[in-house]
This record gives sequence, C-alpha cells and structure tokens, in this order.
Amino acid sequence: MPQKVVIRLSAGFAFIFWLFYLFTDLFLLFSRSTDINSGIHEAVPNLMLNLFITSLYVYFRYKVNRAESVNFTDLLWNIFLTGLLATLASLVLRMFMYMLGSSKLAENIFLIDIIYIINIGLISLFLVAVFAVWKRLILYQKSKFLLKIWTTFEYTLVLSLLFNVLPISLPESYRLYYVVLLVLMGLFLSVNMRWVAYLNFKQKWKSILLIVLVLLYLGYFANSLFNPMNPNVEISNTIWNNVFLLSVITFTFIYALFSLLVILFNLPTSSVFEQKLEEVVNFQKLSQSIQADQSEEQVYQILLDSAVSTVMADAAWVEINNEKGETEFFKFQITPKEISTIKSYIVKNKITGVFDNSTDKSLKLDKHLAKLKGQGFKSILGFDINVQGQKIGSLALLKEVADGFDKDTTNIIKTFVGQAEVSVENYRLLNQAIVNERYKEELKIAQKVQSSLLPDKLDSNADFDVAAFSIAADEVGGDYYDSYRVDENKIAIIIGDVSGKGTSAAFHMSQMKGVFQSLAQMNLSSKEFLSKANTAISNCLEKTSFITATIFIIDQATKSIELSRAGHCPTLYYDKQKKSATYFEEPGLGLGILRNDDFHNYVEINELPYRAGDVVVLYTDGITEAKNRKGDEYGYDRLKDTILANVNENPNLIQKRLIEDLYSFTGTEFIDDDYTILILKFKEETEHK
Amino acid sequence: MIDIKTIKEGNILVLTVVGDVDASSSIELDTALQSAIESKEEKILVDCKNLNYISSAGLGVFMSYIQDIKDNNIKLVICDLNDKVYNVFEILGLHQLLTLMATNSEAKEYLGEV
Repeated sequence: MPQKVVIRLSAGFAFIFWLFYLFTDLFLLFSRSTDINSGIHEAVPNLMLNLFITSLYVYFRYKVNRAESVNFTDLLWNIFLTGLLATLASLVLRMFMYMLGSSKLAENIFLIDIIYIINIGLISLFLVAVFAVWKRLILYQKSKFLLKIWTTFEYTLVLSLLFNVLPISLPESYRLYYVVLLVLMGLFLSVNMRWVAYLNFKQKWKSILLIVLVLLYLGYFANSLFNPMNPNVEISNTIWNNVFLLSVITFTFIYALFSLLVILFNLPTSSVFEQKLEEVVNFQKLSQSIQADQSEEQVYQILLDSAVSTVMADAAWVEINNEKGETEFFKFQITPKEISTIKSYIVKNKITGVFDNSTDKSLKLDKHLAKLKGQGFKSILGFDINVQGQKIGSLALLKEVADGFDKDTTNIIKTFVGQAEVSVENYRLLNQAIVNERYKEELKIAQKVQSSLLPDKLDSNADFDVAAFSIAADEVGGDYYDSYRVDENKIAIIIGDVSGKGTSAAFHMSQMKGVFQSLAQMNLSSKEFLSKANTAISNCLEKTSFITATIFIIDQATKSIELSRAGHCPTLYYDKQKKSATYFEEPGLGLGILRNDDFHNYVEINELPYRAGDVVVLYTDGITEAKNRKGDEYGYDRLKDTILANVNENPNLIQKRLIEDLYSFTGTEFIDDDYTILILKFKEETEHK
Repeated sequence: MIDIKTIKEGNILVLTVVGDVDASSSIELDTALQSAIESKEEKILVDCKNLNYISSAGLGVFMSYIQDIKDNNIKLVICDLNDKVYNVFEILGLHQLLTLMATNSEAKEYLGEV
C-alpha cells in the first residue's frame, strides 16, 4: 500500500474509533444511570480507545517517517503546532465549562463525559505525535543495539494497551510495576541525543524554544488529566487506569527535559563544532575542485578562503608564479603594497620559519612584526606551495594578535595546502595527458596520410611481378617506394630512405614522392633523373639530412633495366642463367649531400638485359642493419642466402620468407628501424601462359 | 653512448670518437666538429678507431660540413674506420667527398705534408 493511502486510512480510522469510543462510553454511562442492561461489555469503550490510539500511532509513524531529509527543527516545529492546536481546543472546552458555571448543565454527567473524551482524544493525539518524533530523534544514527532496545520498548508499550481491556482485573500494583518498567526503559533510551550535535547555533536556540513550549503543553495536559475539571463527578476512566498514556506522558516529558538540558549545555561549544564541520567542507571543496573542471585560479581562491575562515585570519594572500612566468596574487584584506613591505621585511631580516620548509612554524615572530610600523599585524603563518617538486608559490596568513596560530590550526592549513597542491598537480597532469592524447591523434592522422603515400600496388607489366612491404619504427617513417608508368614500354620504380626517422623523415619522404612523381613523367634517363632530383631536394632538406635512393627504369621493348644509385643500399640481382646473386656496387652519392651541379659527376648509369626468372631485391638499411640480441647485424650475406634459398618462389612468397627469416634472426617482435622490401621477379616462360 | 676527446697535437686538432653515433649522440659529434671549425683550425683529424656504429644521422653530421671545409680551406681527415663503418660511408658515396685514411699515422703524415 502506498504511504499516502496508509496515512489517510489511519487518520480516518482514528476518527471513527474515537467516535465509537465516545458513543459506547456514553451509552454505557446512560445504561448504568438508568439501570438498563445495555448489552455492551464494560471493556468495549476502552477497546475503542486502544484502537483509536493504535490508528493514531500508525498515522504518525508514517507521517513522521515520510519527511525524507532530517530537519530536526522542522520536526520539533510540527509537534509544536500539533500541541498548540490540541491545547487551544482543550482550553476552549475549559472556557465553555467555566462559562456554564454552576448551572445544571454543568452538572450533567453526559456533558462532562463528552468533554473528558474529547480531551483524551486531544491528549492522545499530541502524545502520539511527540512520541513519533522522539522516536525519530532517538534513532538518529542508530546502532543495532539501540534499535533492539527501542523495539522492545515499543512492543512493551503497545502491550500495555491490553491493561484496559483485560477481562480479569489485575491488582493495582501490577499496573504500577509496568509503568515503572516502561519509564526505566524510556530513561535509558533518553540518553540518545546525537541529533543535538548536528544543530547549528541558531537551530539550537530555536529547538530550545520549541522544546520549552512542548514541555508546557505536556504540563498542561498532565495537569488536566490528573486534576479533572469537576472532581465531584466520577468518570468511568481515569488517567491512572491507562498505563499507556501514563507511560507515554512520562517518557515524552523526560526526553523533552533531557533534550533541553543537553542543547543548553551544548550551546557554548557549538561554534567549535560548526568550525570543524566547515573545515571538513573546505577540505572537500579543495579535493573536489579538480573534478568540477575548474581552473587552477579557483583552487587557489578556495585555498585562500578556506584558510582564512579556518584560522579567522585578519588578512591573507596567496602568491602564485604561474606557468607563463607571471606572478599572480589572491588577496584578502591586504594591499599589494602591504604584501611587498612584509615580504621584503622578512627577506631583509632573514626571518626563518615563514616561507621555507622549516618544520617549526610556531616561531616567535611577534618582535619582528611589531617593528612593521603601520601594519598592525602581530603574527604570520606562511607555507610554500609545491607542485611536481617545484615551488610555485606561497600562502601567508596574518593576524592582528600575537601568537595567533597554534599547532592545530597550523596542521590544518598544512593539510589544506597539501590538498591544493594535489589538486593543481592533478589538474596539470590531466591537461598534459589531454595534450599528449591530441598529439597521438595527430600522429595517427600523419600515419594514415603517410601510408597513403606508399602505393597499394606497384605498376607491373607482362614481364614481371612485384611485391613490396614497408613498416616504420615510429608512427611515421622515412622509407619510400613508388612506381610510375612512363610510356607503354617503360616503368620507373624507385626505392628511397630519408636519413633519420620519425616525423622529420616522414616530411622529407613526402617531398621525395612529389619529386619522383614530377620527374618520372619527363622520361629522363636514370642519371638525369637523380641529378634533377638532387637539385630539387637540396632546396628543401635541412643541413644534416639527405636521402638515398635507387631508380630503375624497366623497358619491355628492349628487355633491359637501366638503374642509377644515389647512395642507396646496393641492389641484389639474381641471375637465373648464372644461378648466382650479386650486389650492384656502381658508384653513387646520396641526394642532398652535394648541393650543386657537381652531383652528376658522382652518379652512373648501369644498364643490363633481364631474362625470365631473374630476381631484383630492393631494400633499405633497416634490413641489413637489423641486430640480434648479441649485436650482430643481419648483413648482406644473410640477405643473399635467404634470397637464393627462395628464388624459385613468387615475389610475395620470397618477401614473406625474407621477413620470417629476419625476425627469427633478431629474435624480437619489433625492429627498431624503418625497413622496406621490394621484390621484383621477371616471369619465367611457364608463367607467361 | 659516445665519447669525444679533443686534443691538439702540434698543428693538428685530433678528435677521438669512441662508441656509437646514433640520432641522439650525433648532436655531440656535431658540437665538437662545429667548435673545431669555428676556432679556425686548419687541420682536423677525426680518429674513428673506436667508432663501432654510425647511423644516417651521424653521416648527416659529416656531410653537413663538407661545404664549410671546402669554403674555409680546412683539411679534415677521417681515419681508422672499421670495415663496417667504412662500408656505410662508401655506400652513401661520402668517401668521394671526404678524405678517409686507413690509419692514424697515415692521416697525420698526409696532414703534415699539406
């Protein structure tokens, strides 16, 4: 059932049961006075009263628990209002009886009974309301043990309702024992006052006022119960018979009194408690500042505010030398001029313990500061602010009284500073991480761009097949290969290697691509090509950079290769007829080494016919210089042997075998250099068909 | 990774290079050569007896002074390269532009005569 429904239902039931209680009691009274057997058992009115109280109990239990956030003064305010209404209603009835005076009506037993029952209803209402609130207060921050005691107390109390309706009458003393038992339990529970500590100064005063009023109501009701308005008239129920009401009124009174006293005694220390709470909040603020995506300045401002409010400083400043090398000040009731006066004074007089890492901060600085005429400050507390092992600034707190900072506050400020340092450090690290992440993204883009500079498939013709593979040690590299179909017979193929590796090499590699793609169109000889490439590339290379390259022009019409070497690793050529492989060591010079027209004197053209089954192996020095764990290089001989062993395979397989052999030689999964392999094989007769 | 000692022997400035010249250590080589050239030395001998490895960046350093040497009429000799390192110079073609000598004494003799 939803809480709302329970609350409404219980309120309705409470009213109905109260009406039943009223009518059955009146009926019983009537039948008694007229000696007519009513047929109603004597206990029925009391049963109705119990049901009424139980409904009320359910009502308040849900009503009070519904208040989600615990606001203690609001709870007290609610019972104060309930009490006010109940007392006013009760007073109105009293006035009414008073006005009747000693008239005949005033003597009417039925009227007196009605008024008495209304009063009982009002009292029950108020008491149960107070009881429900007290329960909430007592069980604030409950322990398992406390909850057990309370549950026992509550059940015992509910059980006491049975006294009214028991068919057999128990001795009077039993009731008394029961009441005493309940009151003792109530006393024990009444020491639970944790909620008081969480009231601030203002709330405490408010609570005191409300509790005093609640006590007044309780007193009023107790008085009206114990001293009925008309003692001459005997009423079927007296308060002495109702164990429940008696116990509850005693318990609520005790708890109200205890609360009042505890709050009173807590008044003087509440400011300390509040301050401690504020320290915790400040500390939290400092540690959260980084998450809230705040800037460093906000952290320093929070540090200043927190420190000032914690030590109740008269003036303070935070000085920060930010990353741009500027000095920033965060001030509290102090002028830049005063700051510089104090700082220069401290430096001039070599006062230690203020802005250094001295452990003893409680130095007697009074006599120094007293000399600072016109400042009025008599104590100072300073701390360095260090981030990533570097001093970035300082915090200074000033007071107009001597010995203004004790060890406790010093420690708290130290913790604040520490937390601020952590926040700023985190902030900076986070920013660095973001920047690094961006660089990584940029490199990824560069990698994509560069890989698109290397062709997916090289040009070939009916005479040869070609396979190429290239990998960079870093995201980008300086190895290059490309091809260009010059005319229907000629295909130009180039392999190149830019000195160095990484980003700068990658830039030069893309320049080389531009140079190749432009010059290849011009149908130059291999030597002319390199001469022009040298001129072009010399203008854009930095002083210490050069590019090595080998250019091939394969002519299907003459079945010949023309090649020139610009300082690149010698080409390995397998001659199928001779069944041997040789390195072409024709002279050459790297591009960009000699940046003038002399270059062409250092390059030569090597021309040779090709035959089916011949294999050309182009590579970069990443292959021959790859080292194993012992430091040996893969070398030219090993390369030659591997090629010879696989020379009858197709280019893709030769390439695969070579890479496998390379990695099995190095014994690593990663080769710390860019390397490229290009295998070109002239088709055998059988393959032609 | 690299250790460069600069000693003046007569009128020859001798740079002794020990270790590996890779991308990072090539900066030291560059600094040493630059200060030698800037101090108007006329005869420079780079002794590479204990140079185990030279990367393309290291070759770039030697290469970058070819023009300076020519312009300033400096005699620079590199001597005692091991086979592997010599091969690297040769493949790139630098042996055509720089004076490479087999031994220290041969180099000194050459520098003395000039």
